[in-house]
Amino acid sequence: MSSPGGSAAEAPRLELRGITKRYPGTVANKNVDLTVMPSELHALLGENGAGKSTLVKIIYGVVGADEGEIRWQGEPIAAHDPASARRLGIGMVFQHFTLFETLTVTENIALGLDDQRDMRALRRKIVETAKRYGMALDPDRYVHDLAVGERQRVEIVRCLMQEPKLLIMDEPTSVLTPQEVERLFEVLRRLAAEGCSILYISHKLGEIMALCQRATVLRQGAVTAQCDPRRETSASLARMMVGSEVLAVKRPAEHKGEGEALTVTNLTMEPDDPFGTRLDNISLALRKGEILGIAGVAGNGQMEFLRALAGERLAPSADAIRFDGKPAGSLGPAGRRARGLAFVPEERLGRGAVAELSLADNALLTAYLDGNVGAGMVKTATVRNFAGAIVKDYNVVCAGIDAEARSLSGGNMQKFIIGREILQKPRVLIAAHPTWGVDVGAALTIHEALIRLRDTGAAVLVVSEDLDELFEICDRIAVMSHGRLSEPKRVADTNIDEIGLLMGGEFESKEQAGAHAAS
Amino acid sequence: MHELTAILVSMVLSATPLLLAASGELVTEKSGVLNLGVEGMMVVGAVVGFGVAFGTDSAIAGFAVAAIAGALMAALFAVLTLIFLANQVATGLALTIFGLGLSALMGKAYIGKTLPPVPHLHIPGISDIPLVGPLIFGENAMVYVSVAFVIAIAWYLSRTRSGLVLRSIGENHDAAHALGYPVRRIRFLAVLFGGAMSGLGGAYLSIVYTPLWTEGMTAGRGWIALALVVFSTWKPWRLLFGAYLFGFFSIAQLHAQGFAVPIAPEFLSMLPYLATILVLVIISRDAKRIRLNAPAALGKAFRATA
Repeated sequence: MSSPGGSAAEAPRLELRGITKRYPGTVANKNVDLTVMPSELHALLGENGAGKSTLVKIIYGVVGADEGEIRWQGEPIAAHDPASARRLGIGMVFQHFTLFETLTVTENIALGLDDQRDMRALRRKIVETAKRYGMALDPDRYVHDLAVGERQRVEIVRCLMQEPKLLIMDEPTSVLTPQEVERLFEVLRRLAAEGCSILYISHKLGEIMALCQRATVLRQGAVTAQCDPRRETSASLARMMVGSEVLAVKRPAEHKGEGEALTVTNLTMEPDDPFGTRLDNISLALRKGEILGIAGVAGNGQMEFLRALAGERLAPSADAIRFDGKPAGSLGPAGRRARGLAFVPEERLGRGAVAELSLADNALLTAYLDGNVGAGMVKTATVRNFAGAIVKDYNVVCAGIDAEARSLSGGNMQKFIIGREILQKPRVLIAAHPTWGVDVGAALTIHEALIRLRDTGAAVLVVSEDLDELFEICDRIAVMSHGRLSEPKRVADTNIDEIGLLMGGEFESKEQAGAHAAS
Repeated sequence: MHELTAILVSMVLSATPLLLAASGELVTEKSGVLNLGVEGMMVVGAVVGFGVAFGTDSAIAGFAVAAIAGALMAALFAVLTLIFLANQVATGLALTIFGLGLSALMGKAYIGKTLPPVPHLHIPGISDIPLVGPLIFGENAMVYVSVAFVIAIAWYLSRTRSGLVLRSIGENHDAAHALGYPVRRIRFLAVLFGGAMSGLGGAYLSIVYTPLWTEGMTAGRGWIALALVVFSTWKPWRLLFGAYLFGFFSIAQLHAQGFAVPIAPEFLSMLPYLATILVLVIISRDAKRIRLNAPAALGKAFRATA
């Protein structure tokens, strides 16, 4: 690693000039300029779909730019692929990890290094590197056994082993607890102090203000601003990112909620997937007229719990899950829908909607009980009216109700799915990651819709990894960790730090402690 | 004793073509490509190998050209599925049908011809030890070659860097691509290797096992090889075990028919299939092990995002 005081320190470590990348139908990057200096913590800020990921993939050589020039320490670089990027000293931690689940940590790291090494020496070096930056990592474990935060450590150590001069981090904190984020920032600051430049991609304003010295803001593929984030406010950064004033959801008074709409009692389920999480004695009471949030790092049993609630997998006993006090654990998804449960799954296309079907047909997929079908025949006109109402009420941008679901952007598809469920007037709505990958405007629409539904007296359960979102809309928050669920806390009585500690697994209610001692 | 020796020696003889074809397919599948054309590549290898061995009087030349013929068939598959992104299942099935037809056409001239038997290893003294001698020290060269291939493949996949890269591509081709590995090239090579091994397996049938050419003489062995790969949970050692198990039961049931065991011969003919599947299912029923060994990207088309 070169010292920041050297003569090369004057030349930018990385300079992009006029980078343009077109995909069929869209321009992902328009004439982007970006300069990263040695030892600099540089933020690349933008909404989902602003072109951040495409730009860093161009820097790392995964995709090629159509126009423009990349200069490295003052020299232009021509042919570019990930291997040559690594040789230059560019390391990248991807948003969707590039790890191989069935290989060990050491094998995964070996794959990211170009030179042939003997595995034992590599193993030693992994332990050393991890220790130097204060990260615990067992080189012999299989990746599928690791939690998400640990997987990220594997990716980071893999980059650090190459002693990078530029480390690119693509949305690294979406899978971390707040405490883990703090530890990650320490590692990054230390790296920067040692002379490594960091390009930090995120749409989380607080993180960027806390970490970075300079920010480049992207909107719709083009650079809209350059600034020092430490001198900005979240409002001013958000304005640069979104292009207009960002409205916050108006949080109405907390609802107390009366009567239990959904009750889960001591639900224990073995995973059907060998890499899945075991649900461990989960109990939960969701009241009418409240929004209950379930926080937690992905992979801690949320998916298994959601499937169990939706009826995709049946509970071991009918009494384990009850709607309005009536046993529902042995009802399938259709039976539960008939009782007034609605479900917004995390995968939009594939679980929430069928990509190849029109919006009208997709509307019918779950709304078949709502007068849309009579005597076994589809009432086409009613269905089309229903789909039209969703599009209108939820401001879904599309080519009309005959457009295929896959032609919509993620945010619009999510609005459509949420609208479809809410217009059926459910008594319990379960929404998984309702605003994941959705732009700010659509997120606002969705949050308001959930709050309106709550105000009509329905019960809403939101599972999300985004703590800001949960604190914005929920009345109570519980945390899922290692397949267990904490006692819900009133939002007014807790804070992000406390929830973060719970996400790290630092809870054990008395009942659960007893169950563990017994097993 | 003599009877047992005869059964075990013929077990090895009949297991070897399966072992050759299956170990090649194992490498192909570990790279994430499902080539269902094993039967077609084998039968083409059989006719080409027979023709060349017949024409040149050299079994070695026969095997070499059969391997090339198998690889050519595989190259056709690879071009269609890896470059033109055709569906792997459909293309593999078509390759089998194509191979059966092509070999019938090519083999017209060889029907009724025979080859001289291929010599067996003979170490004076050692090869004459009862049971062990003929079984371990008295086989033909291809038997040793096939076992050597299994050892080499096991070592290659678990110990070498190149084997690690191949496994990583079969596991997650997008991640391997993002790390800068040439997914398509490595898969192409893995498919070619699988084809060459199938060609060898086919040639073994027509040059060593029978040794003559008849139409459709692979008689479903390609499909057995495919099944062995799956039931061995993509582990070379289990593949060896499974192939010999199948060989043992197919020979044992012949002997049983010879002794006029009071079971309908049709049922006895089923025995090797049933027994092999049953045993392999039992030893590989652990779902976690299957997930660990099965290539997660198997059969999925890879599109490079450029």
